[in-house]
Amino acid sequence: MLITCPYCGPRDVIEFTYQGDGNRERPQPASQDLDAWNAYVYDRLNPAGDHNEIWQHSGGCRSHLRVVRNTITHEILSTEFARGGHKAGGRS
Amino acid sequence: MAEQLPDRLSPLEPDYHPGSHGNFEQGVDVILSETRPGSILQLAAWPGEEKRLIEVIRKITGLALPDGAGGGISSGVRAVFGFAPGKFTVVDEAEGLAQAFAGAITPAIGTLTDLSHGRTALRIAGPKAEWVMAKFFAIDFALPAFPLGAGRSTNHHDVFAQIQRSGADQFDIYVFRSFARSFWKALCHASEEVGYEVQ
Repeated sequence: MLITCPYCGPRDVIEFTYQGDGNRERPQPASQDLDAWNAYVYDRLNPAGDHNEIWQHSGGCRSHLRVVRNTITHEILSTEFARGGHKAGGRS
Repeated sequence: MAEQLPDRLSPLEPDYHPGSHGNFEQGVDVILSETRPGSILQLAAWPGEEKRLIEVIRKITGLALPDGAGGGISSGVRAVFGFAPGKFTVVDEAEGLAQAFAGAITPAIGTLTDLSHGRTALRIAGPKAEWVMAKFFAIDFALPAFPLGAGRSTNHHDVFAQIQRSGADQFDIYVFRSFARSFWKALCHASEEVGYEVQ
């Protein structure tokens, strides 16, 4: 599986570290909304198809990336720097 | 009074054997060496400050970074290349480059980390350099994909490596000092089939 890092170009998946579901919305640190925290920690969409994910190019430029990966085919549909803050185009 | 500097020791010492090795009867196709630069720095710009940092690098080193990810340039004495967004490795044969940058990189521009004692610089040169490097790293070493002066961040068996193409058939590899001897031995083994000389 190849992931195209926006800085380094296409690299083998072994250079990347999966950092979890990209759909999670972290509540404000002071939030006491237990449902929101519960959803952040436990709720996952687990789609069979396009999925928003966070990856880090840990074995390269170390950038954090937003990646849309198809969970059935492992096709990487898009990658971008996570710093932008907006969600990628997968199911959310 | 002249400053008393300590001797610089190579981490490769017990396994650094100058001379020809491996299958060299048909010729030596790669030359391996440790370049031992006096200064290896990592510079990082805050988001939006990249151009100011590149200008500081130009003023201090005289090297003008080309545009683009992984762009770099080498003068033989000094070298600089991008290895991550807004981050650059700067190398000088002489010691003391960190002091030259210290006053120029203000807290508003970014940060400076002196890695002179933390990295070991290896050089592989020769007609089979691309071939040997391609056995180590899963990146494209062909000249059009990896132009002269450009830098790459990658790893070999989890040993992080920064690579700069410092010649048409020459690469400089920067690895953690603590992993350098192990990496060096692996590089020597990988070069045996083409015949190598350690200088």
